[in-house]
Amino acid sequence: MIDFIQMLINGIAAGSSYALIGLAMVIIYKTSEVPNFAQGEMALISTYVAYMLLEQHQFPSYLAFPLSLVFAVVLGCILEFTILRRAKEPNVLGMIIITIGIEMILMGLVSWKFGAEQKSMPFPISPYDSVMIGDFFVSTLEVLTLVVALCTMIVLFLFFRYSRLGMAMKATQQNPMAARIMGIRTRRILMATWGISSLVGASAGLLLSPVIMQPYMMWDPMLKGFAAAVMGGMTSLPGAVFGAYLLGIIENLFGGYISIEFKSVVAFAVIVLMLCIRPSGLFARHYVKKV
Amino acid sequence: MTFFSIDNLAIAFGGLQALQDIRFDVQAGEVFAIIGPNGAGKTTLFNCINGIYRPDAGNIRFDGRNIQGLRPDQVARLGIARTFQNIELFANMTTMENIMLGRHVFMRTGLFRGAAMWGPRSFAGREERDHRRQVEKIIDLLRLQAVRGKLVGALPYGTQKMVELARALALEPKLLLLDEPCAGMTAEEKQDMIFWIKDIQNDLGITILLIEHDMRMVMDISDRILAINFGQPITIGTADEVRRHPEVLKAYLGEEDHRESAA
Ligand SMILES: Nc1ncnc2c1ncn2[C@@H]1O[C@H](COP(=O)(O)OP(=O)(O)O)[C@@H](O)[C@H]1O
Ligand SMILES: [Mg+2]
Repeated sequence: MIDFIQMLINGIAAGSSYALIGLAMVIIYKTSEVPNFAQGEMALISTYVAYMLLEQHQFPSYLAFPLSLVFAVVLGCILEFTILRRAKEPNVLGMIIITIGIEMILMGLVSWKFGAEQKSMPFPISPYDSVMIGDFFVSTLEVLTLVVALCTMIVLFLFFRYSRLGMAMKATQQNPMAARIMGIRTRRILMATWGISSLVGASAGLLLSPVIMQPYMMWDPMLKGFAAAVMGGMTSLPGAVFGAYLLGIIENLFGGYISIEFKSVVAFAVIVLMLCIRPSGLFARHYVKKV
Repeated sequence: MTFFSIDNLAIAFGGLQALQDIRFDVQAGEVFAIIGPNGAGKTTLFNCINGIYRPDAGNIRFDGRNIQGLRPDQVARLGIARTFQNIELFANMTTMENIMLGRHVFMRTGLFRGAAMWGPRSFAGREERDHRRQVEKIIDLLRLQAVRGKLVGALPYGTQKMVELARALALEPKLLLLDEPCAGMTAEEKQDMIFWIKDIQNDLGITILLIEHDMRMVMDISDRILAINFGQPITIGTADEVRRHPEVLKAYLGEEDHRESAA
């Protein structure tokens, strides 16, 4: 029983970072209808910017982390403005290829500038600190990740419900032409979604960096986040969060009871199963999107 | 100075000349109708005015300036609102949210609006209250109280058309483009719609460009009518003049009026 609960806790902890990536991907998918395969590497480069500021320029962490998040927003906006917007007669397949291209460029840039070896991020919290909750050990970093994930969800919820920009984003997602007729600058909105998505993704990168920091660090979380988003139907923010925690928990239970070697693979078995049974995802909302 | 005018407008899609030599002007306060058979180019004309399409040639002047080549959002900001032939609502939002989005251009507080965020007495709170008051006025005017909190995607067709009209009014337009506002409505809903359009013209003082197939309605509420066929103008005039024009009879009235008088 103790083991079971401990595994559950570990699952929730892992799920939090999947949730952040999943949210980031859903935010872009809803407006652009592109699964953004560069999401992980956008987070990667933002994380390395934090590392660079801390290690090479001796910035204090209260400056370095916020600055790297600002960098993430700017990066998202720039990628949308300079690359994706230039696509002539864009179709989904072409756009996916573009995001994969961006992914490889960013990855190459990081490897070239910082090298492929494991770095140690001077994060204020060590991954080995832990707190006792009742009889269970939870690492402080995992608690922080969970808190950040929860706060992000709340802020995103408020943002889409109460802010002018959030409402304009929702409108653009549901009917771009009507949005333009209402005076909404839909291209700017698209750019802003990339910025916000990049910010959410980068927070996941930063939270993962104390444990693992090398150019491939985002591969696994990014695929799991994508898987979580797909499970949630790809267009639902709560769906992606739910998918992420479900995935994290299943993965850890499987690793604990059945096979630790296949722990990482089980996520994809779950997806395949899911897509066979319920292809539109758990949370898909079938509203008609007019083109 | 004319309030709104189009001069020499032309647009082609591939080999298809969708509009050519279109010219007319509209006086402030007028209801100006555009009629023509299906595929004549009426909706395309609206899309050019809105900035959704870029015409190949011609001028569009509104309120003393050339609006040809502006983006749809810029045209909206100048005070031109629109409804669509095939309803274009935000299907997954409530009636209230849809109409509130019509006020987007007036919202100042960039990032956060809402009393929920900053308290009712803050600038954002006051601003939101003003917008809500405007929206409530429109909801009262068009009698949409009963569906205020409902998702519009699930509403009956006729009601959706009303919500779309309400959203267009929320923009406080000087010029309102209505693309077949009565299409697909029941006889009773049509009567209501005619009534609202007259109200919008008389009480709100909004100039209206109207595309409509229902000839009786067009004759009833339009001050002047432009008839087009195959993208070319046939004639402009009052209801009586247009009704009697031989080419109009041939191209358009022919089919419908005969059917109607036979019935
Ligand atoms: N985006 C477009 N691409 C190609 N052809 C178009 C486009 N928009 C309209 N058309 C064509 O222009 C003609 C006029 O269409 P439309 O303006 O919708 O007619 P109406 O509203 O008078 O029924 C039609 O033949 C239509 O197929
Ligand atoms: Mg039409």
